[in-house]
Amino acid sequence: MADYQAIIGMEVHAQLLTRSKMFCGCSADAFGAQPNTNVCPVCLALPGALPVANRRAVEQTVTVGLALNCQINETAVFSRKNYFYPDLPKGYQISMYDFPLCQHGWVEIESPDGAQKRIRIRRVHLEEDTAKSYHMVERTLVDFNRAGLPLIEIVTEPDLRSPEEARQYLMGLRTVLRYLGVSSADMEKGAMRCEANVSLRPAGSDELGTKVEVKNLNSFRAVKQALAYEIERQAEALDAGQRVRQVTMGWSEARGQTVEQRAKEESEDYRYFPEPDLPRLQVAPAWVEELRAALPEMPDVLQKRFVAEYGLSPLEASVLVDDRNVADYFIRTTEAAVERAIPPRIVANWITGDFFRLLKARDGEISDLQITPAALAELIRLVERQEITASSGKTVLEEMAATGRPPGEIVRERRLGQISDQEVLDQIVGELIAAHPEEVATYRAGKETVLQWFMGQVMRATRGKADPQVVLSLLEEKLKP
Amino acid sequence: MSDLARLTIQEARSLLSRGEISSVELTQAVLDRILDLDNAVKAYLTLAPDLALEQAAEADRNRANGGASPLLGIPLAIKDIISLEGLPATCGSRILEDYVPPYSATVVEKLRAAGAVILGKTNTDEFAMGSSTENSAYFTTRNPWDLDRVPGGSSGGSAAAVAAGMALGALGSDTGGSVRQPAALCGVVGIKPTYGRVSRWGLVAFASSLDQIGPLARTVSDAALLLGTIAGYDPRDSTSVDVPVAGYAAALTGDVRGLRIGVPQEYFIAGIQPEVESAVRAAVETLAGLGAEVVDVSLPHTEYALPAYYLIAPAEASANLARFDGMRYGLSLPADDLWETYRRTRGQGFGPEVKRRIMLGTYALSAGYYDAYYLKASQVRTLIRRDFDQALEHCDVLLAPTAPTTAFKVGEIAGDPLQMYLQDIFTLALSLAGLPGLSLPCGFDGEGLPIGLQVMGRAFDEATVLRVAHAYEQATEWHRRAPALDGSEGTRGG
Repeated sequence: MADYQAIIGMEVHAQLLTRSKMFCGCSADAFGAQPNTNVCPVCLALPGALPVANRRAVEQTVTVGLALNCQINETAVFSRKNYFYPDLPKGYQISMYDFPLCQHGWVEIESPDGAQKRIRIRRVHLEEDTAKSYHMVERTLVDFNRAGLPLIEIVTEPDLRSPEEARQYLMGLRTVLRYLGVSSADMEKGAMRCEANVSLRPAGSDELGTKVEVKNLNSFRAVKQALAYEIERQAEALDAGQRVRQVTMGWSEARGQTVEQRAKEESEDYRYFPEPDLPRLQVAPAWVEELRAALPEMPDVLQKRFVAEYGLSPLEASVLVDDRNVADYFIRTTEAAVERAIPPRIVANWITGDFFRLLKARDGEISDLQITPAALAELIRLVERQEITASSGKTVLEEMAATGRPPGEIVRERRLGQISDQEVLDQIVGELIAAHPEEVATYRAGKETVLQWFMGQVMRATRGKADPQVVLSLLEEKLKP
Repeated sequence: MSDLARLTIQEARSLLSRGEISSVELTQAVLDRILDLDNAVKAYLTLAPDLALEQAAEADRNRANGGASPLLGIPLAIKDIISLEGLPATCGSRILEDYVPPYSATVVEKLRAAGAVILGKTNTDEFAMGSSTENSAYFTTRNPWDLDRVPGGSSGGSAAAVAAGMALGALGSDTGGSVRQPAALCGVVGIKPTYGRVSRWGLVAFASSLDQIGPLARTVSDAALLLGTIAGYDPRDSTSVDVPVAGYAAALTGDVRGLRIGVPQEYFIAGIQPEVESAVRAAVETLAGLGAEVVDVSLPHTEYALPAYYLIAPAEASANLARFDGMRYGLSLPADDLWETYRRTRGQGFGPEVKRRIMLGTYALSAGYYDAYYLKASQVRTLIRRDFDQALEHCDVLLAPTAPTTAFKVGEIAGDPLQMYLQDIFTLALSLAGLPGLSLPCGFDGEGLPIGLQVMGRAFDEATVLRVAHAYEQATEWHRRAPALDGSEGTRGG
């Protein structure tokens, strides 16, 4: 096989988390609702109904543009994209064409060799979703609950060079969308959908080959597999002296291959023109600056800060910044912990360890847990100061998650406070030794494992609350011949 | 007592408020007249007598309880392209033959809130595309002044109903002249408001950047009252504009002294019926006699209005009409595959003029033609708007004929789309500019057919347009003439 370079561009659609649809007052959250109950004259395209643009969706799009380092255009124009399909009630989709909201941005990804690589963003624009078709054996049913949901479209320049880079880009983009709180970006639920354009050229060449559009990429895994497959398919074709045809391919998860959907030789003419029902959007620079000022710290910046300020390892930091809620929680817990003289690394250990296990076990979001950062910091302090044992700490954490009660209260009520009191333990150890002369003798005869037996007895007597360090030194002292 | 049906809205209001008539009597009189005449005139597509009488009774009860809203108990007609919950809105098309909107247009809500009684829905060229109602899929409305002639269009049903005393007033819609031209041909007053003045919510779209709903009535004062009721910003229509609505009644002073009236030379061209030109020129003289200053002006890009309009309007229409696909409502003719379903539904649902415009518009927007057609037309539109802006910088209003001829015979030009398009030659430019225009009677030709005078004004300055029209109306008697439909009347009192 000759040496080829893959040229990949991505188009991502993500559902925005607005309260209402893009152009009407219907709820934007109809997940699980009865079909065709979340509809109105506008999203059903009844005659005479008119769209009104969702201001929040425009705001979210500009925010995404800012986070992706885009230029925000002062004027943006909604356009009609004309085509017929039953899931498109108006016979056109309101989208943006020659005047999108955001253009010329970039994001950085970590390429497989570990270097930072800049991926240019061509445009970010706003449009409306179609309805959902259900293809039955004899007929097709359409549910318009989804019709008109706000969608953001993010298009890169063809700057990606491998399936892994494509995956990195998408994961980074998902994190950004989630950080901004503008989309759940959940690929499995269809809240984030992507398409890729792939072409090959001989290594070292500057000319672009024929590009193939790959659709139906519904997971990160699918993206990587489909692109790898498609690159190999094109390479084989080129090696065989064939021409790559300009087609639209769909990834078939079941067959593990891309399948031709339609030829693109005669490209479809969407007859875009400015949407006359909506005035052009005027984006005031002052408003853009307000939105810029309100941008949260982005994950890459945050990761660097965690390493530099908190002394975390890059890996720990990247785990913590992956989800903005977790990062926020970590920061707030750290602030509370520092007041208690607990260093950030300990907090990071707790969150990435026991805390994550708990989240996973409960299959929940961090916001579902009833544990405040201050409460967690207090629990960490109790364990770190050895007021309770590490195993008691886990018990307390679970109860905190279940009840939302503060750790101190739980510790008191369940009497989990560790006994490190010299006098108390001295008495217990003394009594034990007095009650077991045979074992004492055995120990003194050289069988040192008896020490462990005594330790077990102390723990049994104290229901595990005894400080093992203190007990050990007491036993050693008293058992000496 | 069928005379009641010939009352103006203002006359009816005073009789109602003095308790001399009830709305039920008035509405019944109009309904009786419709039953007498509409077999011949064919203005209504849907008549709703039960609903109307119910609303009239409600208005009477309301008045008995002290209600005095401006249109309380006044029976009106609505063009069938405007949605009214529970009544069909066919838009003159087969494709919407069975469609009943589940919601009402903002203008309908406003009329109802003002107490109006709705008689029914009036005929229109299919989707408002035409100038004669001959493009209605159902029937052609006849001109009350001569039943062999068309009433103009596309709001021909509304204009004919008002002229024939089958409604005290009506709503139409004007995209390129569809209120003004039928008003001229039927001898009534019709207003095309500034684009954005009246909400389009519930108006079935023909060309979204041009469509405006406007009132038709027998006098300027009545039209002003209706306009004042329906005008205003509507958050459901993003193209409606938040400019306060003037008190139009206060503008009707009868005084035009100090106003400057421009007469655009491009509106007096070859092909205009000589009696139309002389009537309009005489009207200009009348206003000069009332103290207005008259100046000649030029709107140099006027000749490009028609081609620009017939690119922009069909382009928008081609998209606006895409929703009629047989999937959710309206005519549906299922076939073996999706594309055949579309072909059959739309092929049989739309009439020839609508198909012609969908094809024109689709072509104008196609890749490779967009720049030469749609984009160029949009640029021409800007130049046309600039012409008006310049002329209206030093003129308060412009005067011109509304239509080049009086009413033509049914079938006379129906086979010649270009001849039909020329009917709107004097109204298209103002529509492209988005400015307000009014047509009112200014004379009759040798065959006794009414001639329309067009008063054009500045954006959102309907008040001045109304003021000039009203002053002219007060100084003349044209509006007192009524068509001799039942053989007994030729003129009207009041």
